Amino acid sequence: MINHIDLGTVLRRTVCDLYSDLVTRPTGAAVRDGIEKQLSELGDRSLTVIDFSHVGLLDYSCADEIVAKLLMRYAADSAPRDAYFLFRGVSDSHLDAIETVLERHGLAIVAQADDGSVVLVGTVDDPARRAWEAMNRLGRAMAVDLARETGIAPEAAELVLGALCRRRLAIQLEDGYVVVGAVT
Amino acid sequence: MTTVINLPPSLDERTFETVLEQLAPIPIDEKVLLDGRHTRWASPYGLIALLTVAQSRAEKPALYAPEAEETGSYWARTGFFKFAEDLFEIHGTVHRARTSGESDVLLEITPVAKSEDVHEVVSRIQQKSAAILVKELNIDAKATMGFAMTLSEACQNIVEHAGRGGWVAVQTYRWQKRLGRRVVVIAVCDAGVGFRQSLESAQGRRMSDRWDDGMALEEAVIRGVSRFRDPGRGQGLAGVRRYIGRWDGKLSVRSGTARIAIVPSWDEDVPLEEKLPPFPGAQMQITIPERITDR
Repeated sequence: MINHIDLGTVLRRTVCDLYSDLVTRPTGAAVRDGIEKQLSELGDRSLTVIDFSHVGLLDYSCADEIVAKLLMRYAADSAPRDAYFLFRGVSDSHLDAIETVLERHGLAIVAQADDGSVVLVGTVDDPARRAWEAMNRLGRAMAVDLARETGIAPEAAELVLGALCRRRLAIQLEDGYVVVGAVT
Repeated sequence: MTTVINLPPSLDERTFETVLEQLAPIPIDEKVLLDGRHTRWASPYGLIALLTVAQSRAEKPALYAPEAEETGSYWARTGFFKFAEDLFEIHGTVHRARTSGESDVLLEITPVAKSEDVHEVVSRIQQKSAAILVKELNIDAKATMGFAMTLSEACQNIVEHAGRGGWVAVQTYRWQKRLGRRVVVIAVCDAGVGFRQSLESAQGRRMSDRWDDGMALEEAVIRGVSRFRDPGRGQGLAGVRRYIGRWDGKLSVRSGTARIAIVPSWDEDVPLEEKLPPFPGAQMQITIPERITDR
């Protein structure tokens, strides 16, 4: 199931209908609560597009509360559901705050550009990044496909794929793996 | 008994130390009169630091307003007297703000105590700052969002840590000494708990033998340590440092008896000063210089 969350709308609904900037930690926490409420109404497995298009300023505190803490919760073993996130409408200035908090926590996200292409943002080691990019090129892939494409051993490819899924960067389907954002 | 504290002719972050030197020996419940009659200029830091002096006193202090009409009306235009009226017994003539075509006040003196105040500040600054930063200071348009972020994070230190409200002001002016260029300055001041006490309040924190205001500033400003255990904390000041590094700016933070500074090549300041006259809370100044492009 694909869900779309406009952060500007969540901000105005949960905090103040005059605001267009995501600043301060209390605001970030309130917006994250708003996101979590929407997620709780979805099924066990979902892909949510988190849209920054109508957000003006994003400061580090809000980036930490909204992006980092959301990812940490859903990448944890104790995650309440199998949720994946694709970030859209991320400007250069949003990216500055997002990259900083991702680096602080060792996290990564998938961001979608205006042309629909997807990129990895944040902390990802080389083998995982190569595997992700290969998967992105191939569309849908099994471990053996990635092993062939990247030159890593099939067993290692399995492990890398598993890790990418746990980190919410790839999704395991019945007939292979896809990067988050391959289907929106 | 009332002790007279003389304000310097030019009241800025550095000369404010002369005010604190005079103030330090005086018990907080004793009356002081701050004599600003001969003050001809004040930076945004100087003005809001005056407000925090009043905030820090148990006995309401008195203030002699500047005699020079140009000075007094400028202080009025920054919004200073709006708050000073409640915090000081004002003596002398309070000049009216003259409306002016100048655009050097990007943000009038604004109180900051809660999250909503930071939203308000950020919203107001974005309207004015883009035009001034790009057109007058020749700063890249990309820098303007970062400027607002820096302002947001600086103000949040009051909301998250000070334990009481403070003030913020943003202004452009010419930095005469050595630089000789226009600068934009963010000043954020409070008379709250200060960095040392804030970090001491962290649960389970072990203090080294050498634990003082200087150490606390180093921990917070340089190493990004926060009183909160959450590993995502402490990124605000780190973000401010990154921004000033990118745009050849300067950061200084005074708290308690110490002052730390990230000093650019165009300035002669020292990175750390200790054994300063004690003053509560935290006083921060961020300075971004005009960009000079090759012609």
